[in-house]
Amino acid sequence: MIKVDNLTKKFGNNEVLRNISTEIAQGEVVSIIGPSGSGKSTFLRCMNMLETPTSGKIVFDQQDLTDSKTPVNKMRQRIGMVFQHFHLFPHLTVLENLTYAPLKAKGVNKQVAQEKARELLKRVGLSEKEAAYPNSLSGGQKQRVAIARALAMEPELMLFDEPTSALDPEMVKEVLDVMKDLAKSGMTMVVVTHEMGFAREVADRILFLDHGVLLEEGNPVEFFSQPKTARAKDFLDKIL
Amino acid sequence: MNLDFSQITPYIPFMLEGIWVTLKFVAVALIVGFILGTLLALCKISNIKPLNWFAIAYTSIFRGTPLILQLMTFYFAIPQLTGYDISPFLSAVLAFGLNSAAYISEIIRAGIQAVDKGQTEAAMALGVPYRQMMKDIILPQALKNILPSLMNEVITLTKESALVSTISVLDLMRRAQVVGADIYRNFEPLLFVGLIYWIMVFGLSTIGKVLERRLKVSDQS
Ligand SMILES: Nc1ncnc2c1ncn2[C@@H]1O[C@H](COP(=O)(O)OP(=O)(O)O)[C@@H](O)[C@H]1O
Ligand SMILES: [Mg+2]
Repeated sequence: MIKVDNLTKKFGNNEVLRNISTEIAQGEVVSIIGPSGSGKSTFLRCMNMLETPTSGKIVFDQQDLTDSKTPVNKMRQRIGMVFQHFHLFPHLTVLENLTYAPLKAKGVNKQVAQEKARELLKRVGLSEKEAAYPNSLSGGQKQRVAIARALAMEPELMLFDEPTSALDPEMVKEVLDVMKDLAKSGMTMVVVTHEMGFAREVADRILFLDHGVLLEEGNPVEFFSQPKTARAKDFLDKIL
Repeated sequence: MNLDFSQITPYIPFMLEGIWVTLKFVAVALIVGFILGTLLALCKISNIKPLNWFAIAYTSIFRGTPLILQLMTFYFAIPQLTGYDISPFLSAVLAFGLNSAAYISEIIRAGIQAVDKGQTEAAMALGVPYRQMMKDIILPQALKNILPSLMNEVITLTKESALVSTISVLDLMRRAQVVGADIYRNFEPLLFVGLIYWIMVFGLSTIGKVLERRLKVSDQS
């Protein structure tokens, strides 16, 4: 589905990602974990070209996103992203947040877009909020709307950057439940998270990043019980 | 005190007509300034270096020279260089429009850059094309930051518009001078149009305050 080949990213002289290669299969759920500043967000943002890789390739559905001839906007329409701080459009209602991109970027007709949006709001349990404005919602509700907004484009891949880190503890579960549901439905997902419970329970694979290096990669059971590297062991000791 | 307003009474309709001239002038100059200013602001935030340079140089020139000099330049230089006999009104609109475009572009640039960067990223991540994103997501939010300073610019423009009297556009100011010359008394007509300017500016700032309050109410954040 998406293949990362020798990805390196520098901000000036600061090498934030170093020679990362991995491949994510259709339907797979991958969790990226690692210490703060290790490059997790940057890695995720390279996958939809919000950051331009310094070198290396990102191949999505046979097309290299780093190739300047690839229509990046068209590809981004097929890759959903959920941010830590939601970034809902504050001047649009919840329903408009969901229908905006399908209408304006994809050219879906209004009736179809609204129908789809209502179906998604129902799925994330927010049907009664369709006319509300984002800033009247709680954090958990905002994040569920943000997930629904991304899903409204019918993406083939979903990227999550610490989707629960900005939430009050009591709201984490409602968002994780939506994500678990999504994983169960077969969505391909890449999730940067500090929720080890989620990573262990839902992910098919863990990527452990440290100082911009993909230090360890493996299935959750192995990773959490017998981390191979001292750095990973250290990290897990601190966080668990 | 030697004040006699009775003498200007017959001239009042003549002077009041100046309100229309001034307002029309301000409105047209403002529209030119706003459209051009928006384009310049987009050049300033663009990734294309030559566009940046152009917009920065433009702003620097129009902010770095006296407005009255720009006005005179358009009025005298265009006929001399091109042979086109430009009307006072048109040269005034050009000078003021191009000049306020420089100021307005700064206001809009700052307003756009004050919009949370996450908004751009969210729109980009959804695959929304740049133009659509600017039009539907960024500019509407920027407007809220822009409006107060924009209102200031309108007020400045209204007051500064009196400069066009120097190239004999028959605006409020010019009419006061004409009447003054006619009746050999300058103070009363000047006082009279001064009052009109003040009322116009007062009206504009009131409208500005109302608009701002409206935006705050509809702003659900
Ligand atoms: N836009 C940027 N410009 C410069 N440095 C950046 C930028 N974004 C991230 N960095 C740096 O890259 C490193 C990795 O950041 P990030 O990917 O956000 O890490 P993580 O998400 O794992 O906490 C950090 O040192 C951060 O300061
Ligand atoms: Mg991060």
